[in-house]
Formats: sequence, C-alpha cells, structure tokens
Amino acid sequence: MRRIPALLAVAAAIGVAAPAVRAQQGDTQAEIERYREMLQDGNPAELTVARGEDMWKQKRGPRQASLERCDLGKGPGVVKGAYAELPRYFADTDSVMDLEARLVHCQATLQGFDRAELVKKPFSGTAQRATDNEALVAYVVDQSRGMTVNVPQRHPKEIEAYQRGQKIFFFRGGPYDFSCASCHGEDDKRIRLQDLPNLLKKQPAQRAFTTWPAYRVSQGALRTMQWRLNDCFRQQRFPELEFISPASIDLITFLGVNAQGGKMNSPAIKR
Amino acid sequence: MRSTWQYTLAGVVLVAGCAGMPGSSPTVSDAEVLQTLKASFKEHGIARLDRLDQSDLQQQCSRYATAPLPKDVRDRIAHDALASVKYPADGKYLGNWKEGEKIAQSGRGLQYNDTEKTVAGGNCYACHQLSKAEIAYGNIGPSLYNYGKLRGDSEATRKYTWVRIWNGHAYAPCNNMPRFGAAGILTEAQLKDVMALLLDPASPVNQ
Repeated sequence: MRRIPALLAVAAAIGVAAPAVRAQQGDTQAEIERYREMLQDGNPAELTVARGEDMWKQKRGPRQASLERCDLGKGPGVVKGAYAELPRYFADTDSVMDLEARLVHCQATLQGFDRAELVKKPFSGTAQRATDNEALVAYVVDQSRGMTVNVPQRHPKEIEAYQRGQKIFFFRGGPYDFSCASCHGEDDKRIRLQDLPNLLKKQPAQRAFTTWPAYRVSQGALRTMQWRLNDCFRQQRFPELEFISPASIDLITFLGVNAQGGKMNSPAIKR
Repeated sequence: MRSTWQYTLAGVVLVAGCAGMPGSSPTVSDAEVLQTLKASFKEHGIARLDRLDQSDLQQQCSRYATAPLPKDVRDRIAHDALASVKYPADGKYLGNWKEGEKIAQSGRGLQYNDTEKTVAGGNCYACHQLSKAEIAYGNIGPSLYNYGKLRGDSEATRKYTWVRIWNGHAYAPCNNMPRFGAAGILTEAQLKDVMALLLDPASPVNQ
C-alpha cells in the first residue's frame, strides 16, 4: 500500500504541471501511458472486493439472511460470471435490471432492508470508506474477471431496453445541448488529455465496458457503472440521473451489447 | 393456440435480429424515451427537470444524429440560429484576451453541483487547441491556434466569429459546440474577452 501516495504524486504532477511543461504532444502521451502502466501495480479495490465477499456471505438485515440465495440471473447464489451477462430480464420483477438494481432487490426481498434506505447514498465521497453498494458490486464484478461480455438480447424487454438506451445515447438536451454522443460518438477524441472511447464501436466499447467498475486513484474510491453514468450526466449539465433508474439501465444495456465479446477485467484501476 | 405462440416467437426473433444490427431503426417511440428520461432524473440544485424538454434544435439534432440532416431542417436550424444572435450593444467585439484566457481555461458552471452564483467558464481548451503554451487541450473541435493570424481581424471576421460562439448552428447546424451566447452560458463581456483571445494580435493564440 506504500506506493499509493507516490502514484497520487505522479497524478498531481501530470495534472498540475502539464500546462507549464513544454513537451511535445507525443511525450505527453507517452507519460500518460507510463502513468497508466504504473497504476496496474496494485489495486486498492482488492480490499473492497474482500469486504464485499464478507458482506455477501454474512447474515444481515432484519431477516438475518445472507445474499447466498440472491439470483443474479444465473440461478440463486451463482455469482461466477453473473456480471458479464448483466443487465438482463428478471421474471420475478418483470423488468430488466443491472447489477446495482438487482443487489437492491435482493437486499430488500431476502434480507428485509428498506428499499428507500438502500438507494439513499449508493456512492461514497472522495476518499471515504466504500458504501455497502460499492463493496457488493466490487465482489460480484470481480467474480466475472476474464469472462466474456454477453448481455442478453432475447426477451422483448431486453431488446426494448437496448433500443431506448440507443435513443438516450443520442438525446441532446440541457443548456449545453450535449448528448452522450457529443463526447463518445467518434474515434480518437479527447477532453483535455482524457481519451474518450467511441462507445458505438466494438473495440473501444469493449475496452470501456470491461474496465468499469474501477478504482479511481484521483478520488480514492471504487466507482460503479451507475456512478459513471451519473457523473457523465452531471458534466452534460443534465439534472441528476437517479440511481438504478430505467434510463440508467437502458444505457448500460446499450453499452453492454455494444461491448459483446469483450473480456471482463474489473474492478480496474484508473487515474 | 399453437399458431399464436409461433407468431409471437417469430416476432421476437425478428425484432431481436434487427436490434443486434447496428444502425437498425428502433421500434420504441420518441415519446416513450422521453417518458423514461423524465422518470429517471431528479432535480438537483440549479439543474431542473425542464432541462429534458428539448428545443426544436435539440430534437432535430437528436433525431438526425446518425443520418444526414434533410435540407429543410438544416435551413430552418441555420435560419433560427442566425436570428437568435444578439450583437454587442456598443458595436465593440473585442475585450481583454487575458480575461479570455481565464474563461477558456474554466470548465465551471451550470452543473447540478454549481450554484446560480457560479461564474461559468467557456472551457474552450476542453475541445480546442488555442495558445501554444497550453498543451492539455482536447480535440473534439478544430485547433484554433493562430485563429486571428490566419483570418485577419476584419469586421466580417469579427462578426462571423461572434456568431460562431453565440450560436454556431447558424453556420454549422447540429455541430457539437454549446451556444455560449444564445443559451446564456457566457455574458456579453465574457464573450468579448473570448473574442479577444481569438482575434487580438497580442493574444498568445496569435503568436
């Protein structure tokens, strides 16, 4: 764990000193790549994964039940490979759910937690302890590492979710007229020095989808896919995307289907 | 019974086949999508739900995001955009490029965690190269390095540039850039400072 402060220092150096450095663009790109490689050395998300695994197996909530009967789509209790096939249609709720929606459902129905409480504060603040949602997500996602993304498009509601997600991706609104596509619809684009994946194209979509959720070094926190979308819409100048809302699940379905065939490598570690 | 079931299955397979193909036309309606969006966002501070109510421009640019804009729509957007432009009341286009540089660097403003008092920036560097010294620039928009040096500083150039920043859809319907004047993101004084950053011969953009 000693290396983490050093990594932050590198992050700060790249972020703050960059304008003053009279380096060629190529050197800058090489430095960013070098920084990314260094990050791969150790991922604090492992701690969150371990906590999530404990939580999954513990008897918790008013009903003192574990989540070991929770059906993430591959049958009650099957965690291995489940994330690579989410979002998907669940007959018991007659709806398409992503992992975070399903975790809320399982904690409410199996453990007796109050749903309103579960969705109240799903994301931690900068450098805060991971929330229960984040810990559970980390564990389940880690159990799909190396698995092939295979978001189902069989049930009519799965197909509708994809189609709504596609339209939402191109929906321009707010004072800046931005849509998801404003930043993520073309190849080789950047905001400042941040690369923007073209989420309409297989390879960059796979690279993005398979590396979320991720531990964000600059925020000292594990960030889930729901957080990723929430923060994109903040920068899009939209109102706030509600946690596990239908639009969020539609978009994740759209992104997941575009990333079909990619190999999960999450929780990843990012700047 | 059997035939109904078969028809249903065939329908599902057909739709599934279409959805799997990129570029196929979705069967969900725009109204349904809007309803989903309205049910999925909540007001937060200055960011109200009416931000989801699309203007004609936003609606058309969303609808034709992956298809060519029909000529009548393109002409209407350009016409309406040009009509929206307010030129400087005192006829002066150029402010202070040093202030313009600060505005170009700032990405603040109009996010749900900003307040009404937050002074919005233009965040030009997010998408454009401007001065040579700032190497942390994005590339969604074209490089504007040497903008004034290449184009000169005539009245026509000043007017054209003002329109591009105020409401760029006048000349490039459905382009990606925010309407910094028409949408009230920057004040007239700020717009003049950004103009100076682009056109003042002393600006680092033109060195």
